[in-house]
Amino acid sequence: MSPLSPGLRLDGRRPNELRKIRCKLGVFNQPDGSAYLEQGNTKVLAAVYGPHEIRGSRTKALHDQALINCQYSMATFSTGERKRRPRGDRKSIEMSIHLRQALQAVIKTELYARSQIDIFVEVLQADGGNYCTCVNAATLALIDAGIPITEYMVACTASLANGETPLVDISHLEETSGGPNLTVAAMPMSGQIVLLEMSQRFHLDHLDKVMKHALRGCQEIKAVLDKAVRDHVASAGAACNWEFKTD
Amino acid sequence: MPPTIRLASERVELRKVQDDNPPKIYTPGEVVHQGTDYLRGHGTYLDEDCVKSSVAGICQKINKWLIVRPIKKRYNGEVGDVVVGRISDLQMKRWRVDTNARLDSILLLSSVNLPTGELRRRSAEDEATMRKYLQEGDLICAEVQQVFNDHSLSLYTRSLKYGKLGQGTLVKVFPSLVKRQKTHFHDFPWGTSAILGNNGYIFIYPTSQRSGKEGDGYKEDAEETITLEERENIARVRNCIVALAHYKQMLYDTSIAVAFEESKKYEITQLLTPEVMAKIASVAQQSLLQHSRNH
Repeated sequence: MSPLSPGLRLDGRRPNELRKIRCKLGVFNQPDGSAYLEQGNTKVLAAVYGPHEIRGSRTKALHDQALINCQYSMATFSTGERKRRPRGDRKSIEMSIHLRQALQAVIKTELYARSQIDIFVEVLQADGGNYCTCVNAATLALIDAGIPITEYMVACTASLANGETPLVDISHLEETSGGPNLTVAAMPMSGQIVLLEMSQRFHLDHLDKVMKHALRGCQEIKAVLDKAVRDHVASAGAACNWEFKTD
Repeated sequence: MPPTIRLASERVELRKVQDDNPPKIYTPGEVVHQGTDYLRGHGTYLDEDCVKSSVAGICQKINKWLIVRPIKKRYNGEVGDVVVGRISDLQMKRWRVDTNARLDSILLLSSVNLPTGELRRRSAEDEATMRKYLQEGDLICAEVQQVFNDHSLSLYTRSLKYGKLGQGTLVKVFPSLVKRQKTHFHDFPWGTSAILGNNGYIFIYPTSQRSGKEGDGYKEDAEETITLEERENIARVRNCIVALAHYKQMLYDTSIAVAFEESKKYEITQLLTPEVMAKIASVAQQSLLQHSRNH
């Protein structure tokens, strides 16, 4: 399905426009860190516990770094048809592994030997770009928990419409309409790519163009997340008059 | 009390404090300082000649160290801290204690007082009867004796004020909200006492229980009944602490006392509603700002 002319997509966005991002840090009191993120109609909650002592078998402990445990779960009401298995099915396990791969690249695990960091991500409403919103929400939750990371880990999707126009941040409708779907998880400041995934196919000549758009989308998302983090720290710090102590 | 239902958009926020010169906030990946003349401390890392921040917080320069402090972080022990913890496991000659840190803390058998009060070497018999002193699930109050290389803590309870805790309420808050003070054992004028653990675990109990303690720290007065008034006071203090912690106010004896005075206008159960919590937190915030401005 080609986007509407003149140059507008189905939801009225321009090809290089991101969906509206709304986020909030510190939504829960129990986990060490938590965040809520909305990208358009995709809504995701992330919670981080840790670093803490390894529960269960102590043999899984790594002597020089922390163990990272991710769980991706979709609420039964998140998709058009009621989802029968929220977690544990093949797709969710694959997403959990990808999430772990992305976050392990930025978390400074060498500081927490023999500990465990748990990251739980719950998709409340799925409207395309689920993985990306999960990665972004998990990054915010890690920052909220005070776990040191080298820099933001941001993910974004991109596609190619009509064989020539690159689109950024594709929604569910655009995903299922048959166009190629490129997902990039990258560190925006250093430009390093941690995860690159694509479905469908297009000609190699277009790859450069689409990747550039996706990476630029990552940069823009990072700017929005950064502002939200700064606002959160400023308001929380001002509330206690900057007297909080951590060591 | 009937359940109240409200929309998330009707969330009550605390009034923003006027900050005249807010400190500079650094976010992960941001360059704190170019060049190598400063040493990197907690919350930072070295990347090709510049010191970059790894957490979101404010920067502190101590001698030649650059430290970035985040608002929330897991408890990192220091020697001399008072902590409240729960026994999670028994092992050979020691107990493992959960203290909200990155690794469980250790309480060695040689670091506790024997129930009989004698001073002697611990024998194999003592080892076999460890469960009689402290079991899984018991709450203890201890001091950090030593920090090991992997950052796990070694606790000891060889003073009379530490030991197994009796009847009371435990409140868990973020460790960064507990202010560092000379003493962490506070007796409030209305008959309640509190132990503000540096690790964010706060134990509230009636003062009468402590003055009746007989020296070895293991007699648990489970049969002693606490009066209704004492219970209500404990519940009120607990709700005040939860309200202060929710709006990120520092917790110490003065702030809890101020919040308690303010909360007397309301019923104890009303203290759980967001509006009342916000009111109490803002009153505490105002009076503490006043206090710090006068000093």
